[in-house]
Amino acid sequence: MTSVLRIEDLHVSVEGKSILKGVNLEIKQGEIHALMGPNGSGKSTLAYTLIGHPKYEVTRGKIELDGKDLRDLDASQRARLGLFLAFQYPVTVPGVKVADFLRHAVSNVRNPDRKDGEPLISMREFRKELRQCMSELGLEPEFARRYLNDGFSGGEKKRMEILQLAMLRPRFAILDETDSGLDSDAVKVVSEGVNRLAGPNMGVLIITHHERLREFNRPHFTHVMLAGRIVETGDASLAHELHENGYAGVRARHPEVAAEENAEEGAMAASA
Amino acid sequence: MATEVTTEKSDIELGEYKYGFRDPTDKYVFKSRKGLDAEVVQQISEMKGEPDWMRQFRLQALEVFFQKPMPQWGGDLSHLDFQDIYYYVKASDRQGKTWDEVPEEIRKTYDRLGIPEAEKKYLAGVKAQYESEVVYGSLRKELSQRGVIFTDTDSAVRDYPDLVREYFGTVIPPSDNKFAALNSAVWSGGSFIYVPPGVHIEFPLQAYFRINVENMGQFERTLIIVDEGASVHYVEGCTAPIYRSESLHSAVVEIVVKRGARCRYSTIQNWSNNVYNLVTKRAVAYADSLMEWVDGNLGSKVTMKYPAIYLMEPGARGETLSIAFANKGQHQDAGAKMVHCAPHTSSRIISKSISKGGGRSSYRGLVKVVRGARRCKSNVVCDALILDPQSRSDTYPYIEVEEDDVRIEHEASVSKIAEEQLLYLMSRGLTETEASSMIVTGFVEPLVKELPMEYAVEMNRLIELQMEGSVG
Repeated sequence: MTSVLRIEDLHVSVEGKSILKGVNLEIKQGEIHALMGPNGSGKSTLAYTLIGHPKYEVTRGKIELDGKDLRDLDASQRARLGLFLAFQYPVTVPGVKVADFLRHAVSNVRNPDRKDGEPLISMREFRKELRQCMSELGLEPEFARRYLNDGFSGGEKKRMEILQLAMLRPRFAILDETDSGLDSDAVKVVSEGVNRLAGPNMGVLIITHHERLREFNRPHFTHVMLAGRIVETGDASLAHELHENGYAGVRARHPEVAAEENAEEGAMAASA
Repeated sequence: MATEVTTEKSDIELGEYKYGFRDPTDKYVFKSRKGLDAEVVQQISEMKGEPDWMRQFRLQALEVFFQKPMPQWGGDLSHLDFQDIYYYVKASDRQGKTWDEVPEEIRKTYDRLGIPEAEKKYLAGVKAQYESEVVYGSLRKELSQRGVIFTDTDSAVRDYPDLVREYFGTVIPPSDNKFAALNSAVWSGGSFIYVPPGVHIEFPLQAYFRINVENMGQFERTLIIVDEGASVHYVEGCTAPIYRSESLHSAVVEIVVKRGARCRYSTIQNWSNNVYNLVTKRAVAYADSLMEWVDGNLGSKVTMKYPAIYLMEPGARGETLSIAFANKGQHQDAGAKMVHCAPHTSSRIISKSISKGGGRSSYRGLVKVVRGARRCKSNVVCDALILDPQSRSDTYPYIEVEEDDVRIEHEASVSKIAEEQLLYLMSRGLTETEASSMIVTGFVEPLVKELPMEYAVEMNRLIELQMEGSVG
């Protein structure tokens, strides 16, 4: 059965401030979607909301995975259902070794009913797989013994995210600006990684400003977000237009939303 | 001869403290009456057949103890009743050189604690103290052949009187503080270690302290002398059963680290939550030597412990890594003291504390540089992690510098379990408990990795136990 992630009329507030104002989106396993939009339009908010960040409050609408409402599930439970976010800013966890962390994560995600304290996935099997995935991403074996994202370069952090993606094999992966801050070689490594992983069993939502990641991972759909809504959906030609002309055309086609965007910016400027 | 049987039903299991089991006490060979006076002290000394100088030392210390007021800072000691404590309890009338010679009940205890197993695998020598006396002792033969002495302090007084007399009470005189005076009056057991010049002991020496009987006071006295260019790593662990009323553990540890020598002293204190743990630990470090305290405090009701290093000559280095985990009903008042008495000495203090479930941890530290101790360096880093709003952490850093030409750095940070870290780990499928336990384990990792592997594993396991059921 093909899994479906459905977002319907999603309204989200952060600390009382309304950010998403009615997002509709449907992603099927095997599809690649690109989500574009100017800074502050709500792309990362959507990403965090999908994985269950407690600070992001759903005030209206719903998120469903194969018809199951995710509202009352925490981040751990959603991960076990097959959701994954490659963070734009991966978090440093000092003193926690990459391998130890990943072994726990893999054990839980592959065996969603696993309780705290029950056996982890076998060390031998895990090591073999980890080594394989790391070599495909051009990561040195010593990477596994380093502390999670502690002292990692920007490129290493992004590859670490893709390594986790490779090990956890989610049904739906959200890549939040995984290409930002990387040189073109690093983008290539990351993109090839995503290409290898994406396939009939994974739905992908790529959040990006840039053309580059999409060059390697050709999206089936491109969405444009403006002031907390998805205002347009198209194919590769829409992405191309945005790349050439920026968001001017989109704003011209959606004057009311653009006005709202300006009003918010004005309010922010006034309060700053 | 009072031998009470304390086999009342255990209706007071507190949490998951694994070492809370107790043994029957009906076969004990001696137990002093409750309370403290000169007669009790005389009796202890007599039981041990001590020389006159030691008896005098005890009696003088007792006077000091009675004169000194209770400390009015640190932990709350107002419920500590000195007259409601057994100061000397002897469970066995001999010390075993093999585990087979240790009375069965006691041997079983150490089996449950995993000591004989550890000894086989990776220790150079073991002392096991049960109540007031050391019941088992071993040392690898090649070390004794090279002149290493590892014995209990009572035997040392008898067998190495000159060595003991030269150092005993010189690093920590009875007048140092009320609890040092108490220990000096009623001390029993503890380890005596002498490492001859140039001898390096590759594997750790270990002592394991166990209180079994209720209202017991354990007052071991440890003296370690590391002669020039020698090195040793000494490890101690402590546990006790869970009783309704409190016990007292008040040790004195004196260490002399001579020119070019190294000493590392690691402690994992995991007393049950009704033990007052009031310990004085101090080392003097001479030229180009290195003294390190690695101090883990997980258990007890109140701990007050500030391992000190006096840097006596140029080139001496001192380092203290301390970790405190204060859970429900616990106050860990721990820290370190570094006293720079000579120029070109350096010290480092790393303190990490975790407070949870309403527990309170305090860092209390002193860095002192005396006049003339130029070009000293000291670096202090304190990190506190607070896991819930009920818990508390305080920092009391004292810096006394009488010299201008020095470099002293102090950093302190307090963090709550970071929401972003929790989310990140949970978004990979870890439960909230697993995630917070992993963050805490990572937080203390810099200290834990300094421990021998087996202790590191144990330490992490203890922390996981503390974290269980902590959320939600």
